[in-house]
Amino acid sequence: MLEASNLECMRGDKTLFRGLSFRLDAGVCLMVQGANGSGKTSLLRMLCGLSSPAGGEIRWNGAPIRKLAEDYRGELLYCGHAGAVKDELTALENARISATLAGAPANEVDDAAALRALRQLGLKGREHLPARALSAGQKRRVALTRLLLEKRRLWVLDEPLTALDKAAVTNLCGLIDAHLAEGGMAVLTSHQDLPLAGRVDHLRLD
Amino acid sequence: MATTSPVASLTATLAAVIRRDLLLAMRRKSDVLTSLFFFVIVVSLFPLGIGPEMATLRLIAPGVLWVAALLATMLSLPRLFAMDHADGTLEQMALSAVPLGVLVTGKIIAHWLLSGLPLALLAPVLGVQFDLPAGALAVLVAALLIGTPVLSLIGAVGAGLTLGVRGGGVLVSLLVLPLYVPVLIFGAGAVEAHISGLGAAAHLSLLAACFALAVFFAPWATTVALRIALE
Repeated sequence: MLEASNLECMRGDKTLFRGLSFRLDAGVCLMVQGANGSGKTSLLRMLCGLSSPAGGEIRWNGAPIRKLAEDYRGELLYCGHAGAVKDELTALENARISATLAGAPANEVDDAAALRALRQLGLKGREHLPARALSAGQKRRVALTRLLLEKRRLWVLDEPLTALDKAAVTNLCGLIDAHLAEGGMAVLTSHQDLPLAGRVDHLRLD
Repeated sequence: MATTSPVASLTATLAAVIRRDLLLAMRRKSDVLTSLFFFVIVVSLFPLGIGPEMATLRLIAPGVLWVAALLATMLSLPRLFAMDHADGTLEQMALSAVPLGVLVTGKIIAHWLLSGLPLALLAPVLGVQFDLPAGALAVLVAALLIGTPVLSLIGAVGAGLTLGVRGGGVLVSLLVLPLYVPVLIFGAGAVEAHISGLGAAAHLSLLAACFALAVFFAPWATTVALRIALE
């Protein structure tokens, strides 16, 4: 269970939001909405612990995430604007290496698992191409293989639909729904509507 | 499925980071070769500029080789974290279930394998141009093998602190060069002491002490610097 109480975010002298509180239970998706520059990415980075809030606290199962450190990071998967996809590496190498860096057990992220994940995201036949040769949407798909390879309870996805085509959006919604059905949680931002079957809470930042 | 102990899984991740950085360097060879060529050219220019005065060349050899190694290492520092920072990999490392210090240590080891180790292996070949005797060449290699890891370790702290700062390349030199001075003094001193017959043991021990200190503090300091840079 993820809980935020009285969060405050400053950008320079400007307050983006304050007094923001919410609670996210297992099996629920939180959709963060707001105009450009309203602090969506800042909120998501706070939830990951990448930046600290100007005020308030974030708790995971009752304990502050600052204290949990690696225990919390082991439950978390963050997919930001930058996809962490290396142009020099092939799609397969990217998928394997990013899962290993995230701390997925080495014996679980073998070539077979990575290939399966890439194919599930519609990259069949592109597995051995360097990421340089992939389109923006295909690179985004490579970045999303982490959803399949790392077993994490909380997904924090910042604009996951950027550059994805319709088929990939449907595919991604299926993944999120399956994740929620298994008792996972997701926080995401998007300017498009995601046709999700599970329970979706909305949070507006204005 | 075999359960792995925490230490074994940390070592596996460490090895994976090193392999990854070496693989990336193989795909982007020019980056690594630039600093190696720089080292070779700078060292080779001195005998040409000074002339075939054996006694003078022997005298300046340790200093020239060490200064060139220092500058060559510094040339490669800005690249250490910049690429990973730009494409978001560094964020993912900071959010990894593996402690960031382990990943950073892996990157520093890879940096040494790509910059320090080749320098140490090239040095005896270049030392011949300065008419260094075989014994002095051996001491030079030993000193470089102990000293260049210190350069990578201290350099990583500087690279972490200047990450994302405009003009970071200049700033990193200003930050790191003063800290390189002890390594330069003991490293060049070891070769000079051997040539003058005093024995290099004292200098090499001090160099090893620098190494021990840097191994202890640098990965931790780099980790803190990177977390600040990412905020």
